[in-house]
Formats: sequence, C-alpha cells, structure tokens
Amino acid sequence: MTDLNNAVNNGVNVEALLGARAALSEAPAAAAFKWRANCEWINGTHSRSTVQQFFGLGEDQNHRSEFTFDSDHPEIFASEDNGATPVELVLVGLAGCLTAGVAAVAQRRGIQLNSVSASLEAGMDIQGILGIDSDVRNGFEGIKVHFNIDADASADDIRALVAQSQKRSAVYDIVTNPTNVSVQVN
Amino acid sequence: MHTDCIIIGAGHSGLAMSRCLTECSVEHVVLERGEVANSWKRERWDSLHLLTPNWQTRLPGYAYAGNDPDGYMSVAELSGFLEQYAQHISAPLRLNTTVTAVTTVDDGYRVVTDRGTWQCNSLVIASGACNIARVPGIAESVPDSINMLTPQQYRNPDQLDSGGVLVVGASATGLQLAEEIHRSGRPVTLAVGEHLRLPRTYRGRDIQWWMDRLGIFEERFDEIDDINRGRNLPSPQLIGTPQRRSLDLNRLVIQGIELRGRLAGFADGKAQFSGSLANVCQLADLKMDRLLGRIDEYAREQELEQQIEPARRYPKTRVDPGATLLMDLQENDITTILWATGYRPDYAWLKVPVFDHKGRIRHHGGIVDHPGMYLLGAPLLRRRKSSFIHGAEDDAHDLSRHLASYLAAGVGNTDVAA
Repeated sequence: MTDLNNAVNNGVNVEALLGARAALSEAPAAAAFKWRANCEWINGTHSRSTVQQFFGLGEDQNHRSEFTFDSDHPEIFASEDNGATPVELVLVGLAGCLTAGVAAVAQRRGIQLNSVSASLEAGMDIQGILGIDSDVRNGFEGIKVHFNIDADASADDIRALVAQSQKRSAVYDIVTNPTNVSVQVN
Repeated sequence: MHTDCIIIGAGHSGLAMSRCLTECSVEHVVLERGEVANSWKRERWDSLHLLTPNWQTRLPGYAYAGNDPDGYMSVAELSGFLEQYAQHISAPLRLNTTVTAVTTVDDGYRVVTDRGTWQCNSLVIASGACNIARVPGIAESVPDSINMLTPQQYRNPDQLDSGGVLVVGASATGLQLAEEIHRSGRPVTLAVGEHLRLPRTYRGRDIQWWMDRLGIFEERFDEIDDINRGRNLPSPQLIGTPQRRSLDLNRLVIQGIELRGRLAGFADGKAQFSGSLANVCQLADLKMDRLLGRIDEYAREQELEQQIEPARRYPKTRVDPGATLLMDLQENDITTILWATGYRPDYAWLKVPVFDHKGRIRHHGGIVDHPGMYLLGAPLLRRRKSSFIHGAEDDAHDLSRHLASYLAAGVGNTDVAA
C-alpha cells in the first residue's frame, strides 16, 4: 500500500488487516463471524459473564484464555457492587472499539500516536427502568465521548481519525442503530 | 442480422463509442430501447440541470459551443446536445429497439431484441449506470398509508399530496428534491447518511474547474487504493443554477428542513433514525476541507493567487445534538417518502456469467471478464471521470482500440494487451 509509513508504529499490524480484508472480499462466507458470551447468575443483581469461544473464518475459534466480567449494581441501589453495571460495560465496549479504531486508522494513515485517552459519559433517567414514567426510555438519553489524543498530526487530521474510527466501529453502529434481539427460554 | 459489434444504449457513452469505432473502421450498430438520451428525457425530474458546467460537456470530436460556458445544461438542452451529436457522427442507430436477451454463441454474441435477433462478434454495454432507482429493504416495513416514490417517478412537487415528505438520502438528488419540495409548501424531513459536501464555486472558480486542474478526474482505476469504495461514492451535494449557488445541509436547515440521521427502519408506525448524524456531517466537512486545502496549495504553487478570490473555509454543518431518533409518521403528518437512495444498472437481459456475488459485472477497466465484451459509463470504470459526460471520450478511445485489436486478432483470441 502506498501511504503506509513504516516509521510509524502504533502496534497495529495493518498489513495483516489489509491482507485479511482482501482475502475476505474474495470469500465473503469466511467473513461471517459469531460473537458469544455466557452468563451465570450469582446472587442478587450480581452475575458473571465469560467470553472465550467465537466463530469465524469458517470454524470455531478461541481466545487465548477465558475472560470474566462481573456485573452488579452499586450500593445506592441496595446491591453489593461486585462489578460494573451492565450499562457501564456498554460504555466500556464503545470506548474499546473506538480506541482500537483510532490506533488502526492512525497506523494506516501513517500517523504516530503518542497518547490516546477517552472519557465517556451517558445520561440516563432511571425513572424509565424503575417504571415510574412510561414516557422515559430505559436506555441512555445519549452518550458523550471525549478523546484526548497526542499524535504527530494536525488537529484536523486527528479529528478525521476519530471520525473514521466511528464510521468503521461495530459498537458505534450497535448503539446508534436498532438491532433485532431474539430471546428464547430453555 | 450480423454485425461486428453491437453497442447497447444511445446515451453519451454509446454515442462516444460509436464515433470511436467508426474511426477504427469497426462495423457496428447502436441499439436503443427508446430515443437518443432516453433516460434523460423520460426518467428524470423537471428541474434537473447537469452538475457539470457547459465547458466540461464534450464528447469525442464535439463540444459545447454556446455563449454560456459556465452554465449548466437542463435535461432538454442535454438531450438536444446528444441528438445533435448522434447526427454529427452519423451514428448507425436502431431506435425503439429493446434488447431482451444477450447470450453467447461460438463466435460472439446473440442479441435478441423486440425487433429481431442480431449476431455480433463483440458487444459494448453502454446502457447506463442509473436504470433502476435503488430502494432499501426497509421500505417493505413502511405503513401502507404512506405514498412512496423514487426520483425516477418524481417530476415536480405537484405530483405529491399536501402532506409532509420524508426525503431519504443526502446526495445531490436528495438535497435538490428536499429543497424543491420544501419550497412548494410541504414540510420536509431529510434523512442523512454518508455524503459528499462540496461548494459550487471556490475562490471564484467552479469546483469542477479546480478538480479538473488538480487532475482528480484523470485518476485511474488501477491506481486507486479502494476501488469498490471509489465506485460507490454518492454524488456530491451540488446543483447547477444560473446563480452558481452552493447547496448544503446548513442551507436547507435555514429554510426550515429538518435533518435526521440515516434512516434505520420502521417500527410501530415510527421511523427510526441512526444516531450517527453528527459523525457523517463531520466526515463530510473534514473531507471538503482537505480538498480545499489541496486547492489552496495548488493555487500557491501555480501562482494563481493574484487572479482569484482569497482562500476561505465554510461553516461546519450544524447538527442538533438533541434531534429525536424516532418520528411518528402520522403525528408528524408525513404522507410521502421519497427514496433518493441511488440507482443501479439493469442487466436482467444479460445472460452471460459475468457477474460477481453482488450482481456487478466483473471487468478490468471496462474490459469485461468475457472475450469481446466491454462496459462503458460505470462509476470509476477506468478513471474518476468515467461516469461524467466528458469522461466518455478517453474511455471510449481506449476500449475501442482494444475492441478493434480483439476483432483483428481473430475472435476468441484473448491475447490482446489491455
């Protein structure tokens, strides 16, 4: 590729990504992935989710190890606070996705990153989840993301990085667009 | 009936190819389902003008010769231009002849029409890139009470009832029709996905003049990083008016048009919009500024500064961060949805296995993946300008030479240099 700058190293193997992109364009079936999580109720509002197996490139795949995520509610909800709330985990997912995207796009565009940090805030009126007011939705009123990026690039180039990261982000798409959810029991 | 080559379509591409084949002494006919410039005459809205200035409207051996080189042709003017061109080059036209099937035969192709069957050794597909208006699958979940139409059916606002209109799509078509319908007194909401923002003029010159000078239109298909992306870009937000005015989202908002994000679906009589409006607007603003930066740099290098207006930047697209993502169609008195969501070509008649998994013709710069078959007039076919009227000249020149050497080498011999 022409605009790869080898001196730039953000720790992203862009050539491997581009290779995968080219290969998957030829074989769209291999691009069909399934992401999985399992969850066990522990007690009260505390539950533990694990992530290890997923499907992609036509076969089952495994993470290097099993990852565990405790979720719970804070003490002001009369819970034990054994973990982040599920809505905070949504913010974690968005932050991780956008930040990974910033690094990948920067590498692709030959921009050296020195530091990237993001802070996220989501407004929520809990009258919705408590069933107090049916006009209030359960979910977020909106999400604010603030990136602090130090990189060897102009302010507009950095803005374009972040904009492109949003354009290519799975979690950004998931939170900005509706998704069909089917839930079955037993 | 037999001929060496059949060109399907008598629009600007087919006519340009006819002229080039005549130069190469290749015997051919041009089959046209209707008249010259048929889509322009029958399938476009009344107020449409070209997005390119008259000086850029040229075909092989022929150019605009009027007294308004900076103006933009109406559909009628363009149709007249193409008719004159067809006469000028004495194109071997077979009008009102609809191709119903193309199949392979030993030494080429069999072309079945509603006026007889042809055999030919080579085939040029110049039937256009915009035959069928694209409508996304979510249209199926639109409530029955809503009228739906596409820009192919739309002529002017009088066709619509007096209710509100949801225009879906923010390309040149979406913005032009949103503005025209809103001006007719019908409230308009515009659903905005990814788009390309451009000023009509910059530093006193048409944006097409700058892009021409920068060499953008000449960029070749085999030099472009992401060809699929390049071939699927929406048309930039431009309009051709005597005032040479710009058309952008800020201008529509000032007039009272409501912007929403990309239309994501319908549920319970409500339209759902994506929350990505701010980002798609920022992407378009930044991309426009990068182009203006290139223009400024070029003007400095070429020492044009004294002859042109000073550099400037335009206000960022203003987006209401609190814009609602759900819209009850009935409560908001939306009675019509206009799908300005692009076009696609119609190859239903082409019974030769040349398609990829997305139904696109497999080709390399217009040389189709089947001996003796050629494609013209598609976006970024060989160059960025390929889908423009002025883009037909170089493409038709290149492909006519390839086609002539294919015929000269003996049909079936694929060893012809690209």
